[in-house]
Amino acid sequence: MATETLHAIDTHVHAHDEHEHHELGFVQKYIFSEDHKTIAKQYLISGIIWAFFGGAMSIIFRLQLGFPNMDLTWLKPILGQWIVEGKLEKEFYLALVTMHGTIMVFFVLTAGLSGTFSNFLIPLQIGARDMASGFINMLSYWFFFAASVIMFASLFIETGPASGGWVIYPPLSALPQAMPGSGLGMTLWLSSMALFIVSQLMGGINYICTIINLRTRGMSFTKLPLTIWAFFFTAILGLLSFPVLLSAALLLIFDRSFGTSFFLSEIYIGGEALPNIGGSAILYQHLFWFLGHPEVYIVLLPALGITSEVIATNSRKPIFGYRAMIGSLLGITFLAFIVWAHHMFVTGMNPFLGSVFMFLTLIIAVPSAVKAFNFITTLWRGNIIFTPAMLFSIGLVSLFISGGLTGIILGNSALDINLHDTYFVVAHFHLVMGAASFFGLMAGVYHWFPKMFGRMMNKTAGYVHFWFTFVGVYAVFFPMHYIGLAGFPRRYYSFTALGNGRMEAFVDMNMFISIAAIITFTAQAIFAINFVYSIFKGKKAPQNPWNSNTLEWTTPVNPGHGNWEGEIPAVYRWAYDYSKPGSATDFIPQNVPYSATPESNFPEENEEIAKEKEIEGLLDTQNSSYSH
Amino acid sequence: MTQEHLANINLDEPEETLSMNPKKFMLWLAIVSILMMFAGWTSGYLVRKAEGRWHEFELPQIFWYSTGILLVSSISMFLAVQYAKKDNFNALKIAISITFVFGLAFLTTQVIGFSDLIKNQLYFAGSDVAASWLYALVGLHAAHVISGLVVLLISLVSSFKFTADSKNLLRIQLCATYWHFLDFLWLYLFVFLYFNR
Repeated sequence: MATETLHAIDTHVHAHDEHEHHELGFVQKYIFSEDHKTIAKQYLISGIIWAFFGGAMSIIFRLQLGFPNMDLTWLKPILGQWIVEGKLEKEFYLALVTMHGTIMVFFVLTAGLSGTFSNFLIPLQIGARDMASGFINMLSYWFFFAASVIMFASLFIETGPASGGWVIYPPLSALPQAMPGSGLGMTLWLSSMALFIVSQLMGGINYICTIINLRTRGMSFTKLPLTIWAFFFTAILGLLSFPVLLSAALLLIFDRSFGTSFFLSEIYIGGEALPNIGGSAILYQHLFWFLGHPEVYIVLLPALGITSEVIATNSRKPIFGYRAMIGSLLGITFLAFIVWAHHMFVTGMNPFLGSVFMFLTLIIAVPSAVKAFNFITTLWRGNIIFTPAMLFSIGLVSLFISGGLTGIILGNSALDINLHDTYFVVAHFHLVMGAASFFGLMAGVYHWFPKMFGRMMNKTAGYVHFWFTFVGVYAVFFPMHYIGLAGFPRRYYSFTALGNGRMEAFVDMNMFISIAAIITFTAQAIFAINFVYSIFKGKKAPQNPWNSNTLEWTTPVNPGHGNWEGEIPAVYRWAYDYSKPGSATDFIPQNVPYSATPESNFPEENEEIAKEKEIEGLLDTQNSSYSH
Repeated sequence: MTQEHLANINLDEPEETLSMNPKKFMLWLAIVSILMMFAGWTSGYLVRKAEGRWHEFELPQIFWYSTGILLVSSISMFLAVQYAKKDNFNALKIAISITFVFGLAFLTTQVIGFSDLIKNQLYFAGSDVAASWLYALVGLHAAHVISGLVVLLISLVSSFKFTADSKNLLRIQLCATYWHFLDFLWLYLFVFLYFNR
């Protein structure tokens, strides 16, 4: 304690030091922590655990799809009553598909990706001591945790978890008697998601507020790293779309629990008419997809942001088209809100309305192509360093393109009539949203692991993990296009009774997909072992292992509460001064003023030198903003 | 010693003018998300109404009174902030109490409005989906008013405790912003329902 007090006086007391330098108990430090770095790690580890559950579920239903006649009695110790006479119970198959989707979309790729990296990188990269409200940030994680517990508990109830698909369309989801999964499982699903939405809103409000209010001196919006821009737009998407899902969910709860008919009309169950009259099931779809479509960008944008950062750093080149990258993020964010009905082309909507939504949907190809083009041109003629993070980023670009191409096909309302709800759709969104975002997540973990835990991950294991995953993902999802084109509908338990023998032609392909899925899933163990081992036993990380420009690498190797020990560094330049002509080093961090690098300055940058005094003058204002 | 000294000086310094107080900003963002929720409901209402088979209803007469009551509470809330800024504590206490009482009165009138609807055989879970929408919109707004009353109660208690400092003022300002928003939200819903029966 004594040395710490000394230290505080030593480094020119700012009011901040007062509440920084006292030891926190274990509970405050690791469990109910208000430190953004700890919360980020909590999100990451929860996300990884969920990813393994979600992945394992997909393996179980892939066994059913690839090997429909297989004896699954050996799964009885895990699944118990869900294995009936050596076969997977049909209702449970639907539950598995539903829970796989829910877990992966919301718990892994929303909470695990955006929750982890927004929390971790926003304060570190914009130069802030912490989030705008550490308390709300902590609440955000614990609401997510509560949502996780409820969702997890729903796996163990007798009637099984929700099984109406991750989109939970009524009337299936609104009527407890419709299927076993629409009973208690559905109630738990809705409660869990309500908590999850509250958690995401609290997180998102914090991210936006922090980015706008707590940037360090000199960090103007045009100097923000692209990661931060991506997290910013992601948070805006979430703030505007998640509440609408909550409104849909609440009306659904009213229908389920209070007997209203918002989404129900003229339904017969077992020959008996229900009293519900006057509702509209399509209305639910409109409300759901108003969230559902932005949600895919909530999942994807952080991954694109991470990729921009990793690719620029490891190509040792400035990002190509910085402003175009921001513009395309903005364009995607805006368009995300006005394309939702392309999920509903076959609901009997007016064909004219369909063509409007088709037109808007196809426009998204433009900002997406700008991003893909800029990623590739950043790589072009760079001094590429193939770190595992870099490989995963390049993998993302590949998956983004090959999955995005089929988006253009599916966005056509006429083509969608044929392809709707087939495996073609499954292949499309798994490549462009699922796998691409997962690759972004992995790139982020490999790249920022040294900052998170002060140690390096094993590179070789990283390479092995990458190649298994990259080849595996294509082996799983590419053949699904053919299956979809052949007309296989998604979410079906078995295909043997469908097509007069024609369907059997694809039995071997389904087998191939299942085997590839099992290998890919198993290969994730390499990552898990590497991750856990490196936290405790990894090689000690240097301060700036990738020679990167952004501010997080100016903190100590293990940043404490408050991130920087002395003053927060000021920012004078953008984050992408790699391999600048004239400079002796191939990177110039953001906190290096132009006055220190006369040899590499462009003429317009020399003019910036005059403004540097101004930036330094803001120090007192900045410190005082932390004092109350 | 020097540390405490410095901290005191910092407290007296004027607030940074360029950026907003983070808490106020976060409240505005929260308001945006609540607005989006009601935007979802009201557009759902319009979409459903456009599908036809829609029974027109009369809004309970008492909703006119409840609108007036809420407007009065908003004015007294506005005055409360003014008094808090001028450190006029007695007036503050009266103004914030009026706001609270009128907030409770608003809830009462909404409940009376519901009972009027029931007298006209319009039920939340009945066969008339238009009535269900009416109950849902009014009821969900009322639920937010309850949350506003909780916030108001906290400010009320703290202003009776004479803890006059900048933190207390901020609390009253945040509370006022939220309360004015709830007022605005009701006006929106009232006008919306009036013209889209």
